[in-house]
Amino acid sequence: MEKQIEVTKENAVQPETVERTRDRRVFVPQADIIANADHYFVVADIPGADEKSVEISLEKNVLTITATVEPNRPEGYSLGYAEYGIGDYQRSFVLSDEIDRSKIEAIVRNGVLYLHLPKAEEAQARKIAVKAG
Amino acid sequence: MLYRRMRFPNVWEEMNQMQREMERLASAFAPYRRSGYPVAFPAVNVWTSEQGHVLTAELPGMNPDDIHIDVTGDTLTLSGERKPEDLKEGAEYHRQERGYGKFSRTIQLDFPVEVSKVEAKLEKGVLTVSLPRAEADKPKKIVVKAS
Repeated sequence: MEKQIEVTKENAVQPETVERTRDRRVFVPQADIIANADHYFVVADIPGADEKSVEISLEKNVLTITATVEPNRPEGYSLGYAEYGIGDYQRSFVLSDEIDRSKIEAIVRNGVLYLHLPKAEEAQARKIAVKAG
Repeated sequence: MLYRRMRFPNVWEEMNQMQREMERLASAFAPYRRSGYPVAFPAVNVWTSEQGHVLTAELPGMNPDDIHIDVTGDTLTLSGERKPEDLKEGAEYHRQERGYGKFSRTIQLDFPVEVSKVEAKLEKGVLTVSLPRAEADKPKKIVVKAS
């Protein structure tokens, strides 16, 4: 049997004290996070956003991805049937390793954000080996 | 006979109904995190006017060559395949939420489409298909003559 792909846009949950200035719906982008010994690789679906509208911030060990989407309404048409909502994207991750900020690379291609986060060399060296006693 | 029915109502049916009622009440108060119910992939929006339809679908991470659109009369079939990322040696998934695989879905439109004028473009992971209404199907104004 073919694998069924299911996509549901999830509304982002904001802490109650923080409000966004733009009155827009905000969604959590679906993401894959792949990691190995020396880097993280984050892939996030942000259809409708491009490289100009994506913002990435790394504060301490919290990585935040924000993307704004300009709604594109065909002129003279009305929305007759809707299965998905259009809005911005926001999502934060806590990274367990320090990142070498100077080497972060981000690419947006076909509505997908590819984020390459190399782990800092000190962080790699600081790992303590735990032995079974 | 009537008397007996009244005395022994169908207990299970009654309980089923009660359960449904409770579920309905519970779902009315439960705060939904999800914005909607899972729908077939890809989710589509259809814009409509007298001149035709504009269909949009979110297909992030796909190449135009991997998307197939077939239009016949008033049905549109959207199919293709989304391929997974290439994993390098020693890498592991911390989380995998994006779906992969083949998809195909057929959408029934409100009216027949001028197939030769259908246009599709893929921009920022959003597919836009413009489907002009067939000339023969467009509404015609009929002038009422005074006799």
